[in-house]
Amino acid sequence: MSTHHDPSTDLTTRDGAPLPERFEDPGLHEHRARVGDSDPKAQKRAERQVVVLFAISILGSIGAVVAYALVPPGETVGSMRMSNLLLGLALFLGLAGIGLAAVHWAKALMNDHERAEDRHPTATSEPVRVKAVEALREGVKDSSIGRRGVLKGAMVTSLALFPLGIAVPLVGNLGGDWDVSASKRTLWRRGVRLTIDPSGRPIKASDVTIGSAFHVIPENLEEAEHPLDEKAKAVVLMVRMDPRDLKSEQGEGWSYDGIVAFSKICTHVGCPVALYEQQTHHILCPCHQSTFDASDSAKVVFGPAHRPLPQLPITVDDEGYLVAQDGFDTPIGPSFWERLT
Amino acid sequence: MSTVDSPPAPASRTTRAAAATADYLDQRTGVGNAVKEFARKIFPDHWSFLLGEIALYSFVVLLISGTFLTMFFVPSMTEVHYHGPWAAMDGVQMSEAFASTLRLSFEVRGGLLMRQIHHWAALIFMASIVTHMMRVFFTGAFRKPRELNWLVGFTLMILGLLAGFSGYSLPDDVLSGNGLRIADGVARAIPIAGSYISFGLFGGEFPGMELIPRLFTVHILLIPALILALIGLHLLMVVLHKHTQYPGSGRTDKNVVGYPLFPVYVAKAGGFFFVVFAVIALMAATMTINPVWNYGPFDPGVVGAGAQPDWYMLFLEGGLRLMPGWEFVIGQYTISMNILIPGVIIPGLLFTVLALWPFIEAAATGDKREHHVLDRPRNAPFRTAFGVAYLTSFSILVLAGSNDLIATHFHLSINDITWTFRVLFFVAPPLAFWITKRICLSLQRKDRELVLHGHETGRIVRFASGEYIEVHKPLDAHERWLRVQHEPRRPIEIEPAEDSRGVRRKGYRLDAAKRRLSKLFYEDRVEPVTPAELVAAQSHGSHDALPLAPEEHREELTAGASGSRHLAPEPEDTEGTQRH
Ligand code: HEM
Ligand code: FES
Repeated sequence: MSTHHDPSTDLTTRDGAPLPERFEDPGLHEHRARVGDSDPKAQKRAERQVVVLFAISILGSIGAVVAYALVPPGETVGSMRMSNLLLGLALFLGLAGIGLAAVHWAKALMNDHERAEDRHPTATSEPVRVKAVEALREGVKDSSIGRRGVLKGAMVTSLALFPLGIAVPLVGNLGGDWDVSASKRTLWRRGVRLTIDPSGRPIKASDVTIGSAFHVIPENLEEAEHPLDEKAKAVVLMVRMDPRDLKSEQGEGWSYDGIVAFSKICTHVGCPVALYEQQTHHILCPCHQSTFDASDSAKVVFGPAHRPLPQLPITVDDEGYLVAQDGFDTPIGPSFWERLT
Repeated sequence: MSTVDSPPAPASRTTRAAAATADYLDQRTGVGNAVKEFARKIFPDHWSFLLGEIALYSFVVLLISGTFLTMFFVPSMTEVHYHGPWAAMDGVQMSEAFASTLRLSFEVRGGLLMRQIHHWAALIFMASIVTHMMRVFFTGAFRKPRELNWLVGFTLMILGLLAGFSGYSLPDDVLSGNGLRIADGVARAIPIAGSYISFGLFGGEFPGMELIPRLFTVHILLIPALILALIGLHLLMVVLHKHTQYPGSGRTDKNVVGYPLFPVYVAKAGGFFFVVFAVIALMAATMTINPVWNYGPFDPGVVGAGAQPDWYMLFLEGGLRLMPGWEFVIGQYTISMNILIPGVIIPGLLFTVLALWPFIEAAATGDKREHHVLDRPRNAPFRTAFGVAYLTSFSILVLAGSNDLIATHFHLSINDITWTFRVLFFVAPPLAFWITKRICLSLQRKDRELVLHGHETGRIVRFASGEYIEVHKPLDAHERWLRVQHEPRRPIEIEPAEDSRGVRRKGYRLDAAKRRLSKLFYEDRVEPVTPAELVAAQSHGSHDALPLAPEEHREELTAGASGSRHLAPEPEDTEGTQRH
């Protein structure tokens, strides 16, 4: 593969003169006329196309009003979709017609001569800059701020402090009562019945079959001042397994005949751990897949969580209903700085 | 003064009316000056310049559809029982926010369309901001004098993330509620202040009664106002600097080549707004997004499997999923590295590097001049490779944020996928960097080869001597200019540590650090062909008629990289890539 050159486009060396270090810019391409530029028929055609596009837009917009009037969303997902589809398509036509018409107009009918315009350096020219500096200097001299140190200090301090009058009340009120220790307390305490979420029906131990999982809330939830806040801390996942499968628990006698109850709030960042696999006894958090072993003190077997789900000690009351022996002995949910204090 | 004179020729009614209006306005505002300045202002044209426009237009669509939504949306967490056309939710307890979203979807005619337009526009807004940013990055449009505008754009991107997250949370459905719960968990992991930050956000305990009204104010007032102001500043600076242009003949750092604002750009850009809006309307008409009526209202005890946030939040989600469960306790205090690293440190690092990139590169280049002609990405191999590596780590986080979907879709174990991504997060970005840099350098070599030896024509000529050669068609001046117009960038030289009298120079350490950075950027490089090299190659080509083996030949073509100062190439030097 050797090369052969057509000398006419070659770089010519002027005899003896040294070559420039860089190539030279050949300058703008020559303008090439479009087919339509010299053809009035083509121009007429383009004009007609633009008109048709605008007409489509007009029809679309009228169609939108008709769709609004005739097709209500109705009662089903089907009728809702239909209303959405018709209204949306009509709006689409109303918009697309205008858009395409304008672009087509610009491309086909407006001039396409590229032009060059000069750029100027972004910085101001030297004389202007000198004048600006002069103006500032005069202003500074006028106010004599340079010499009055105390005045300057007073001004800066007062300006710095005035936002406090707004910021302190704002920030002060943001957190309500700021009782951050509330997040360590839940509604669970000795004797509180475990009830089904959301019906609130108490659960008899005998109704819990091996392999089943229950979503549990405390019986006193509805009486709480802020039920949703309390629910966000108190939800529990309860499962029953063959007592022989239970390898360990977080406290002596915290389970009842193979029934174990754990906080449902993931110790990673707090999603509800809602999935239970009865074969493996694994509890899975769908958010970031932390996996806890219900048969082994809810220890983390996989994923980004660090701590086991806190276990709720349970037993049954005289009537055979499941109740808490006590509250959780560690704060539930994600870790935070003062968790252990 | 009036710049709008009545036209000399008999004018149509419209023209006369326009002239009269313009005259009226000018006599009261002096707007003629601005019109004269702007009307014929030149804007360069390229498809990639549309990305920023898409972002702008989808923001306008967000304003229009968002205003519609505010008329019917009730930003309140008061619990109500739903009774309405959607039978599946009859009697269900929910917040007024969720109930009003159901009403928007089922009862307000056009409400669902506006919700879907709003949500699709939000996704397109973020996607166009990100791709626009990629365009600016890979073409070096952030260089002086546009560093500050890069920062404005960066802030807009962050505000877009916040706008999206706050809006996504407003309907108070179970999906977005768990998103908020995750945000709460991340906030609480912050040392010392965590619990207070969480209380400050939620007005007390999670979820409280305050959050939706607060998010509403943030979402419809605070963030849109900031975005609007910054968009104004962003565009003002674009006008001030004039738009950058791609390299090509006639395009220099001292001019701008393109079409006049009026009428071509006004028509094209105005039309393009309608096209963008139309595409969003079409998506909203045909593709369901965020069907909250299927998810149900937020309930702290409920979660759905396979839940996904909007795409622009996936990288955070992915980081949280990949991180092993590291947590330790100092004294009595808990530090959750499993949350801090993916939730705060990694995003912090990624975003800081991105925001500061123009300044990092300026330090490495040591160049104080203004740049208005864009780089071809291949001509900035380090930057391009870095950008691709950056996108690679971002994409791995995004993919990791969908690891459960990948697992169910491809029947893989979550465990294996997570481990694969953990390894990839460290291995893939450097690999991507290395590969991209190699590709850039070889593309540059290919450019050199083309300039030196022209296009292959496939035409074989037989000489009288019986020898065959293939005819190469040399590039014309325009084709050549595109491939040689860029300046070679070399590592900066610094003054020695000691001056002539042996005194240690102040600031040497900083200079040396800059030199090291500069070498990292520019040590490997291929320089553009010089006129001397071309002349040499041509005479060489026509005298040396012996065909060479392709391999040797390729190396030789790139040899001249070092010959930029010499009139004759150095055929012995077969290193295409220069090292100092
Ligand atoms: C700045 C860019 C903006 C982004 C990225 C954004 C994003 C979002 C998103 C993703 C949603 C959830 C929509 C859904 O699926 O239901 C939403 C909801 C909402 N947005 Fe925006 N938005 C923006 C600006 C605005 C503006 C300017 C307004 C009002 C003037 C607004 C008003 C609303 C309202 C009222 C809702 C709740 C209604 C509903 O979800 O059905 N947004 N926003
Ligand atoms: S919240 Fe459960 S794994 Fe992250």
